[in-house]
Amino acid sequence: MITEKVVEDVAVKILQLAVTELPQDVKKALQRAYREEESEAGKTQLKAILDNVELAEKTRTPMCQDTGVIIFYVKAGSQVKGLDKIENALRKATIRATKEVPLRPNAVDPFTQKNTGNNTGRFIPFIHWEIMPGDNLEITVMPKGGGSENVCALGMLSPGMGVNGLKKFVVDTMIKAGAKPCPPNILGVAVGGGADIAMKLAKAALLRPLDQPNPDPNLAKLEKELYEAAKSTGIGPMGLGGKFTVLGVKVDYAHRHPASYPVAVAFQCWAARRASVRINPDGSVEYLTHKVV
Amino acid sequence: MATYKLETPISEEDVRKLRVNDVIYITGTMITARDSAHRRALEFRKEGKKLPINLQGLAVFHCGPIVRKEDDKWIVVAAGPTTSTRMDLFEDEFIKNFKVRVVIGKGGMGKKTTDAMKQYGAVYGAFTGGAAVLAAKAIKNVKNVEWHDLGMPEAMWILEVEDFGPLTVAIDAHGNNLFEDVQKKVEEKRLKIYKKLGV
Repeated sequence: MITEKVVEDVAVKILQLAVTELPQDVKKALQRAYREEESEAGKTQLKAILDNVELAEKTRTPMCQDTGVIIFYVKAGSQVKGLDKIENALRKATIRATKEVPLRPNAVDPFTQKNTGNNTGRFIPFIHWEIMPGDNLEITVMPKGGGSENVCALGMLSPGMGVNGLKKFVVDTMIKAGAKPCPPNILGVAVGGGADIAMKLAKAALLRPLDQPNPDPNLAKLEKELYEAAKSTGIGPMGLGGKFTVLGVKVDYAHRHPASYPVAVAFQCWAARRASVRINPDGSVEYLTHKVV
Repeated sequence: MATYKLETPISEEDVRKLRVNDVIYITGTMITARDSAHRRALEFRKEGKKLPINLQGLAVFHCGPIVRKEDDKWIVVAAGPTTSTRMDLFEDEFIKNFKVRVVIGKGGMGKKTTDAMKQYGAVYGAFTGGAAVLAAKAIKNVKNVEWHDLGMPEAMWILEVEDFGPLTVAIDAHGNNLFEDVQKKVEEKRLKIYKKLGV
């Protein structure tokens, strides 16, 4: 049975896994960046990042003091019973993880500036729902840091500019961001839909593993082009110069209104934290991004 | 580039030796100070009041740490750097008045601070953003906390550190600013990148 208690317990677990241990694809990309970076200052930064990641994993401590705003992506099988209880379970898990991991309390009322102290609040943790066929439940958590969030950008471009406009907007956004989003970053880029849809897709694109190329060959080509462009900016790790401004670029799209060409760029810092779990109908769980013994 | 291990109190001569891209590790005493602690320190100076600690030759870390109390003892759990540009408002006066020799943070600082570092002898050490566990590991002891009324992140934490780093010297005491150099070079590449992308 997928009970509220099971969901709560595994959600606490994926929160803990996410903030203390990077998924393999991100670790590998950081190691590769360290091997291939030519700038001395950039190499020093990447070494410090790798040492920090290793130490965090060993001591089960959050790898960054900013444990982010908590965002869940839930793929719910339509036959799962008690779907109405899941939101409550995820809120309870967030409160527990804040104490147990611990996470930094990051939910502030924008009018009173009061921090709730437990990472929950109005619409927070935010939950993205997707209804799937089947009887299992897949939950992904993305604790999203503030530094990289602050440079995310939306451009409502002229449709006449087309893909060229998109490319220029991405390059300009990256150069403007510079050292601020704690590079090397992962960039999520999405075009189309509308302002909200583009940003939602851009952010969700950050969840695609770095070693998984885009299945659409045209988008895969665009991702590669933007990746090379990021490299040649020379911003480098932590903005101190070098090749590795990004670890990867992920592109997605939706069809657009004839008059609109929304382009969204979502930034993820080097602490690219995510963790996923699948809960089967018998209540058994499989961790999809991390090895759990 | 060279690697240096510095012990506090750090002399002006020590920091004048450093050049951008050098890597330093600090052992000794450092304080944390964000916006509020900078402001208060300068107010103290204006009013002729003495600071709780003599900062000459010490390092100031732009950081709001997560600190836990265990058996009456403070333990630093996480201590990553915060964005330094916010402290550009105060740092030139801070360096001039208190003679700190190393300023630590992330993202670099502006011209006013760079000029003060050149004039009075100080450097900016860039610490890897988010590397909170690495920083906490080098903090051996919390000596004291001052101005705790400013809140945990804004208070002045007086820390005993051992080989705190690596810090990349990003502003040296000779007017060089690595972040500005990188930004200039990036700006020069912008048109080339446009051209390559065909935009």
